[in-house]
Amino acid sequence: MPNKYQKEVPFRGGGFTPKPIMYIGPIVFIFLIGFLEWGTTTGWISDLTLPKPSGVFQVFIELHNSGLLYKHLIPSLTRLIVGSFMGVTLGIGIGLLIGLFNLVRAGLLPVVAALFPVPKIALLPLFVIWFGIDEGSKYALIALGTFTPTVVATYAAIDNVDRNFIRMGQSFGLTWISIVRKIVLPGALPGILSGLRISLAIGIILLVAAEMLGATYGIGAYVLEAGSLYDLERLFAGVTILSIIGVIINWFVGVVERKLLKWRT
Amino acid sequence: MELSIQNISHNYGNIEVLKDINLEINEGQIVCLIGPSGCGKSTLLRLLGGLEKPMNGKVMQMGEPPKDSLNPLTYIFQDFALLPWRSVYNNIALVLEDHKLQKKEIDKIISNVLKRTELTNFAHALPKQLSGGMKQRVAIARALSVSPAIMLMDEPLSALDSQTRELLMDDLISLWEREKFTAVYVTHNLAEAVRLGHKIVVLSRRPGTIKKIVEIDIDLKDRKNHILELNKKQNDLWELMKDEALIADKELINA
Repeated sequence: MPNKYQKEVPFRGGGFTPKPIMYIGPIVFIFLIGFLEWGTTTGWISDLTLPKPSGVFQVFIELHNSGLLYKHLIPSLTRLIVGSFMGVTLGIGIGLLIGLFNLVRAGLLPVVAALFPVPKIALLPLFVIWFGIDEGSKYALIALGTFTPTVVATYAAIDNVDRNFIRMGQSFGLTWISIVRKIVLPGALPGILSGLRISLAIGIILLVAAEMLGATYGIGAYVLEAGSLYDLERLFAGVTILSIIGVIINWFVGVVERKLLKWRT
Repeated sequence: MELSIQNISHNYGNIEVLKDINLEINEGQIVCLIGPSGCGKSTLLRLLGGLEKPMNGKVMQMGEPPKDSLNPLTYIFQDFALLPWRSVYNNIALVLEDHKLQKKEIDKIISNVLKRTELTNFAHALPKQLSGGMKQRVAIARALSVSPAIMLMDEPLSALDSQTRELLMDDLISLWEREKFTAVYVTHNLAEAVRLGHKIVVLSRRPGTIKKIVEIDIDLKDRKNHILELNKKQNDLWELMKDEALIADKELINA
């Protein structure tokens, strides 16, 4: 018997699939900045609340022209690079040892767990006494801050390497060092790199903290000075620089990831 | 080279997995291990190749492996175990690099095994680009590259769809016809067992003991012409296992 009632089956799938959409990010930025500019020029936003974006940009140009930008930026970048290099290298090293040797794991894991939640900034006075008020204490602070998350990311990444790969290596008679070098390390690399993102962001935070507590030059010192004079334009210029440094680091880790982890699906 | 399994018993904690296993693996034969799930057949295979140590008894290697054999006891795994960050070529190179071979020799061995498994055109592909069947072919090529005396195959076709499984089974049969390799082949698929096994060892459920050893005298390449006979063997094997498979199915894991 033919049935009169008919309708198309309604579509109810789709969605929940993250896809990149070009240009939307920059458009949101331009819109936000444009809105602030409009608000501050018309007086709708008082200049005590937020600075004028064009004013912040003006500060940038002045900073660049006077060379002051580089006087602040170069020591900051040096501290960040040296400190996080020390912390990350040591962190990966210790993380490897924890991941590979049960004895080291039993001995060091409690130490790392105790160190992890300590706000590293609280230790700065101690570091000043240990390593001097100059660069030493700042390197140490950033190194310690990047060290703990790197250790945790590294040993967790090693724990997550597929044990079947290791059995395979053993079944073909690979040496221990070959298994570590050719199976464990490449297998742990994705986890180590995503830990690196977190470590370096923490590095920036500690850099500013260290510079706020005792430095003549550096982005942190610049921001602190602007803040205590309530110079919002300079304050925001400093904050923008920090944000840009963060974005560049993130982009850099992304490039490294794409290059080294091409094999991932 | 042959293997002799002598009085092997094995436990995991309080659970007895294998009990009093005695078995000979003879040269040039494929021995299939079948049994209900959880009967310890994969454990037995790991014991055979020294990936695990038996609690009691021992596995004896009878006779010296051939001189050119780099890794006499070589596994093929169900999940292929190919490193995703290495190309087909480098996955095979991985198992040769520790053997003090010159680069030229490694190159020669790899192109040889790739040719034997018809993978020459895929040498530089990454595992993620290959289908399941191709991945297992690469794993077989890798196993062949070390000239094993005995191949230990742990459900090598179980992760593949049934069409690919047919294709690879034919490949394995023609490979055996050419090279007459010795193998222990663990499977839960009775059809595979009667197609590939010279000797089929039926294990009972936990603790695994040898329930029966069935020999099939038909030549491997001839078996397709004896389907009725093989079907009968397969049914007999199923009758032998059915009740225990039913119980094993209803058992709690680790209970």
